[in-house]
Amino acid sequence: MSADLLAVPEVSGRAPDDLGHLQELRTDPIGLLRRVREECGDVGRFRLAARDVVLVSGAEANEVFFRAPDEVLDQAEAYPFMTPIFGRGVVFDATPERRREMLKNQALRGEHMKAHAATIEREINRMVAGWGDEGTIDLLEFFAELTIYTTSACLIGQRFRDDLDSRFAAHYHDLERGTDALAYVDPYADIESFHRRDRARLALVAMVQEIITRRAAQPAVTRDRRDLLDVLVSLTDEDGTPHFSADEITGMFISMMFAGHHTSSGTAAWTMIELLRHPEVLSEVVGELDALYADGSAVSFQALREIPRLEASLKETLRLHPPLILLLRVAQQEITFGGHTVPVGTMVGASPKVSNRIPEDFPEPERFDPGRYLDPRQEDLVHRWTWIPFGAGRHRCVGNAFAMMQLKAIFSVLLRDFEFTMVQPPDTYRDDCSKMVIQLEQPCLVSYRRRAGR
Amino acid sequence: MSGWRVVADPDLCQGHQMCRLDAPEVFGFDKAADTVVVRRDAPDDELLTSVRTAVANCPAMALSLLETERET
Repeated sequence: MSADLLAVPEVSGRAPDDLGHLQELRTDPIGLLRRVREECGDVGRFRLAARDVVLVSGAEANEVFFRAPDEVLDQAEAYPFMTPIFGRGVVFDATPERRREMLKNQALRGEHMKAHAATIEREINRMVAGWGDEGTIDLLEFFAELTIYTTSACLIGQRFRDDLDSRFAAHYHDLERGTDALAYVDPYADIESFHRRDRARLALVAMVQEIITRRAAQPAVTRDRRDLLDVLVSLTDEDGTPHFSADEITGMFISMMFAGHHTSSGTAAWTMIELLRHPEVLSEVVGELDALYADGSAVSFQALREIPRLEASLKETLRLHPPLILLLRVAQQEITFGGHTVPVGTMVGASPKVSNRIPEDFPEPERFDPGRYLDPRQEDLVHRWTWIPFGAGRHRCVGNAFAMMQLKAIFSVLLRDFEFTMVQPPDTYRDDCSKMVIQLEQPCLVSYRRRAGR
Repeated sequence: MSGWRVVADPDLCQGHQMCRLDAPEVFGFDKAADTVVVRRDAPDDELLTSVRTAVANCPAMALSLLETERET
């Protein structure tokens, strides 16, 4: 079959200018992605400035998408908005082979989870240590700061985390806000969010440089306390000069933390909101946790084990509010979806936001129903090509076990010691979708009260 | 009478080896290929609970437990 892009139905609403559907992607991306499936079915098309994006959905087309090797569908060129954030020369994503090689020795494998669980429990306790008996928190700020500390402590090292304060999280937030889809036309366009992004990156480099300088003036730490920063700084070229600059090291750290930061932070915030919107589910989860921790067992121990009702609530939150709504690749070879052959160079996307709500796979898709994941329904396993908050296939999020463990630990501590209430009308908690990295719209306040006897 | 068959998809396996913690009798690991190996694809009934846990917890969703007809 010969490739014919124009045979793929195009969704309505293309603007008369050269930008196609770009403005809609910048203002209402979810509306656009849903309309593609409604109007075009499993394989549709929209225009991103000068490029065509073929959007696939449904189990059959998604399986083709997620199983395709990098030689066929590559993600290196698919996310131009990440380059100014990581810095030039830091790759967005390695090949599956390289990822596998990295995973062999690194932090996300099963055997390291025990240490990570203890680290995360410690970091949550540090965050709530300053809380009184009652107060109010902003969900975005609280979870964004907490997950900066957990990801840096687990991936870079406790020593580096201890060198950070809330300024790092604030700058990091500006990086994440610098992901306007306008980057598909020009990643350095003259807009405020890109300027803030570039200033934030410089500020982060300065902070890392300050830590490097301070450490250099201090006596060396013992081997067991060394973190990744110590290791990277110790590498020198033959003439004795440092192999990596502060800019390069910061870029590496930003990229290591990126996939696990806004995703975990947003999911934690949305889990809180959904539990508060569904008091009957919340009370079941609290009952489950109370029973589990009645014997005084450690959060770091239980977070590695099954906590079925809490896990089901987390999965249902992920289905309804997937942190990434559009996963993109660029076709390096012709590839066929549902009878349509897509030519080389075309962008191809799959949408967790659209697929996770396909009513044939997830009955009453708009309903928050954690019962979907309990035996015998197990809708996440049965529909593994459409239940895709972590993606699927070769590039399925390698951090998903870490993420689930972290979320279990966070809610174990928060719900064991505190009661929460919404201080805004339930429907005013919503996402700001004007950037490719979606974040909660502020204000997103909840109040807490310490539970009796805690 | 029905039985169960354990299937692993080596294209999807990411080498986390979580399944070996849940059901070491059933899952092994090929170090050279860095992928899971199913050591017993028709496990005894008493292993099914731990196999189900492994299938549900696989971070790559690379495992399945399929119901089959078996002759007895």
